[in-house]
Amino acid sequence: MPQAARPKSPHLDIYRWQIQMVSSILHRAAGVALAAGTVLLVCLLASLAAGPEAYAKVQSAAGSVFGQLLLLGWTWSLAYHLLNGLRHLLEDTGHGFQIKTFVKTGWVAVAGSLVLTALVWACVLLQRGGA
Amino acid sequence: MSKHLRTPLKTVRGLGSARGGTHHFTMQRITAVALVPLSLWFVWIALSLVHLDYAGARMLIAHPVHAVLMVAFVISVFWHAQLGLQVVIEDYVHAPGLEIAFQLAVKFLCVLGAVACVLAIARIALGS
Repeated sequence: MPQAARPKSPHLDIYRWQIQMVSSILHRAAGVALAAGTVLLVCLLASLAAGPEAYAKVQSAAGSVFGQLLLLGWTWSLAYHLLNGLRHLLEDTGHGFQIKTFVKTGWVAVAGSLVLTALVWACVLLQRGGA
Repeated sequence: MSKHLRTPLKTVRGLGSARGGTHHFTMQRITAVALVPLSLWFVWIALSLVHLDYAGARMLIAHPVHAVLMVAFVISVFWHAQLGLQVVIEDYVHAPGLEIAFQLAVKFLCVLGAVACVLAIARIALGS
């Protein structure tokens, strides 16, 4: 095909990393991670419908070190995708495109996602301590 | 004859405009807006499940309000996931046969996931 011989536009490795591109890349990465996380959603609901033994299996898998790491990753992915998604919805209305504002909202999404993740896991740890 | 410069052959080969771009954009936004409150509700449910045993968890999801919201949540999630993954595949998978295979696999898996979740919620809510 003739397209193969055409010069290509410069890709990621030529640019200095900045919040504008990082927030965009993270949004997609978090989205893909969340899509993978739906496997757990199916397992959770299906096992809850199936009975106590199946539910206990899912509970112990989620409670394992690996399971907890995945859940931590999915918590952050959801928090970030949610906040940056709200940013996208704001931009859909035509607002937030001035460079200063765009950079600021990008940082708000990144920092906010860390705060939300910390809040959720504080709740988890507090419940576990109280139980 | 066509008013456009692009030959009809391009469309026939399946590489032309499907004229569905606006629908994709709209549905992505609608499911996104729906998922803002639904995912916050889901996080609250997930946190509640941490300290509940099997019977308690089942009772929580079986509550009509939560069962309805859970159905709305899973349908929105799988719909939104399919739309997003479709764009990712369009961007990165360029081998024609492989791309179609991936797109079909994602669509089928998303529908299967949604159907499995809805059936599970129905079983929980109806106690069967």
